[in-house]
Amino acid sequence: MLFSPPARTIQRPRPRLSASIGRAFRRLGWAHLPVIFALVVLVGLVIIAITIPWWTPYDPIGLAGRRLQPPSAAHWLGTDALGRDVLVRTLYGARYSLPIAAGVLLVAVSLGVLVGALAGFLGGLVDNVLMRLADITLAFPPVLLAMAIAASLGPGLVNTALALIIVWWPIYARLMRAQVLNVRKLDHVDAAIVAGVRPGRLLVRHIMPLCWSPIFVNMTMDVGQVILLAAGLSFIGLGAQPPTPEWGQMIAEGASNFYCWWIALGPGMAIFLVSLSSNFLGDALRDVADPRGRQ
Amino acid sequence: MSLPLLDIRGLAVTIPTRDGEQAAVSNVDFTIDRGEVVGLVGESGSGKSLSMLAVMGLLPRHLHVSGSIRFDGVEICGAPERQMRSLRGRRIAMVFQDPMTALNPVKTIGAQISEMIRLHNPKLGRAEVKERALALLESVAIPAPERRFDQYPHEFSGGMRQRVVIAIAIANDPELLIADEPTTALDVTIQAQIMEIFARLRAERGMAVVLITHDLGLVAGLADRMSVLYAGRVAERGPVGPVFTAPRHPYTAGLLAAVPSIDDVAERLYAIPGTPPSLGARPPGCAFAPRCDFAVPLCRMSEPALLRFGSAVVACHRAEELSLGDLPRKEA
Repeated sequence: MLFSPPARTIQRPRPRLSASIGRAFRRLGWAHLPVIFALVVLVGLVIIAITIPWWTPYDPIGLAGRRLQPPSAAHWLGTDALGRDVLVRTLYGARYSLPIAAGVLLVAVSLGVLVGALAGFLGGLVDNVLMRLADITLAFPPVLLAMAIAASLGPGLVNTALALIIVWWPIYARLMRAQVLNVRKLDHVDAAIVAGVRPGRLLVRHIMPLCWSPIFVNMTMDVGQVILLAAGLSFIGLGAQPPTPEWGQMIAEGASNFYCWWIALGPGMAIFLVSLSSNFLGDALRDVADPRGRQ
Repeated sequence: MSLPLLDIRGLAVTIPTRDGEQAAVSNVDFTIDRGEVVGLVGESGSGKSLSMLAVMGLLPRHLHVSGSIRFDGVEICGAPERQMRSLRGRRIAMVFQDPMTALNPVKTIGAQISEMIRLHNPKLGRAEVKERALALLESVAIPAPERRFDQYPHEFSGGMRQRVVIAIAIANDPELLIADEPTTALDVTIQAQIMEIFARLRAERGMAVVLITHDLGLVAGLADRMSVLYAGRVAERGPVGPVFTAPRHPYTAGLLAAVPSIDDVAERLYAIPGTPPSLGARPPGCAFAPRCDFAVPLCRMSEPALLRFGSAVVACHRAEELSLGDLPRKEA
């Protein structure tokens, strides 16, 4: 396990830090490779996104060399139709795509969890009103709804994020409601009622802690989806506006120069790596959040 | 004689079905005094759990409960949620059947016991709460409570979990403990240990225990009195000794005869033929008549009233004439 409980029987003397890191790696072994990979990718991207202005070799929106150059030593991922370095623009893209994905999911999940938990716990009229609202939202194809909202709000990254939140919260509301309804039937909830626990505390302390696993898993899988849909909106011109180096925007530019495959490769790989990593991380998170799976 | 601790009169629970309201429990009387252990016996679906859930106010809202439930002289049937909450955990506690699910799987044992202590003693300091929690674990015979305190339910065996469940139930010294088949999910050696804990709690704390079970051995070992329920009605009620040696109701006699005995060389175990009537298919007359070896035409026509015979109360038309001390076993 990643977070195994400390051994209780033998108290070993504390080893030097470097030695213990080495040992930890050996003990964790292959089973934790995905988590390590995910952490390296995500932490790496965040660090790059924060620090890139200080060490970038090229300006992300300025001329870096000749246009449409294939990958070379000077431009590792080549240059695009305007002669900008694709790698530098991809790395800069993390400054837009990551905060959007994180922000949209954070708000959508908080909203959805709140609505779902209340609907499932209170039932009756509250449940009906909240869930019909969610149903109405879910009745539209998500891409179309996001497009309609983004278009009516006007292009731009913040409006895109808003549109995505409106599209995304009902999924989590439904998920949370189903979880609450299920967990509510468990004996320990009855046991807590019998012990005199008040309804609010019952929901927060006895029901909700058992509801997180599918939310976590869904959330991490949605990271890729959110980035993709945000990219999609940018692709059709509703999200980030040129020359912003946003991944979807960049793929759109790559598509108009289809034979220069390297232009879309950078942002494509970036989206792929981030969604893969967030999936890996989600699995690990679920294991840690649920002590039933612990050895 | 002082007031009984719990006094149930004419309790009825009806369930709405497609064919109208069906009575799952009807006209059940039940009393228990302080420090007393009363067994509530019956087959699955006989209404024993339903009646006790009614006491706790835990029945789903669409079930209709009527009758009178008095706890320590105060009517609690249909009492507002706030009043029920002031009783639950503090004065009435409950132990559930399956210890595998009765504990919150994502919180440590210590946190769960501490929560129950703090819930009803909000002013207690951290150290005091922990001290009391450890004492509770010790009182239900959990070895090394200090170490167990920080473990999760899945690190405990079934018997250990049931002890923790009991420890949580008695955390605030309730006057009445309702144990809903507390040993059904456990193996026999553990059952004995759990019963020992109940016996000790009653002796040390003067706790009254309602023991819901279908295991007559448990009732014989621990209870003072017993009530036998059949199809939601009381079939027989009385002190354990007389009921065991001289049952008056054929159903009680059948239950007793169905307990395998070691000096018995019978090749086949006795079983009461048939199954209890389903909710909507209650026969007119005595509900047990279709399965009864002693039924006469009267039994199928009119429902017998509960009448007193010696120390017991029996609902059977033929209670007076039958001698059921040793039920004749039919050859297989």
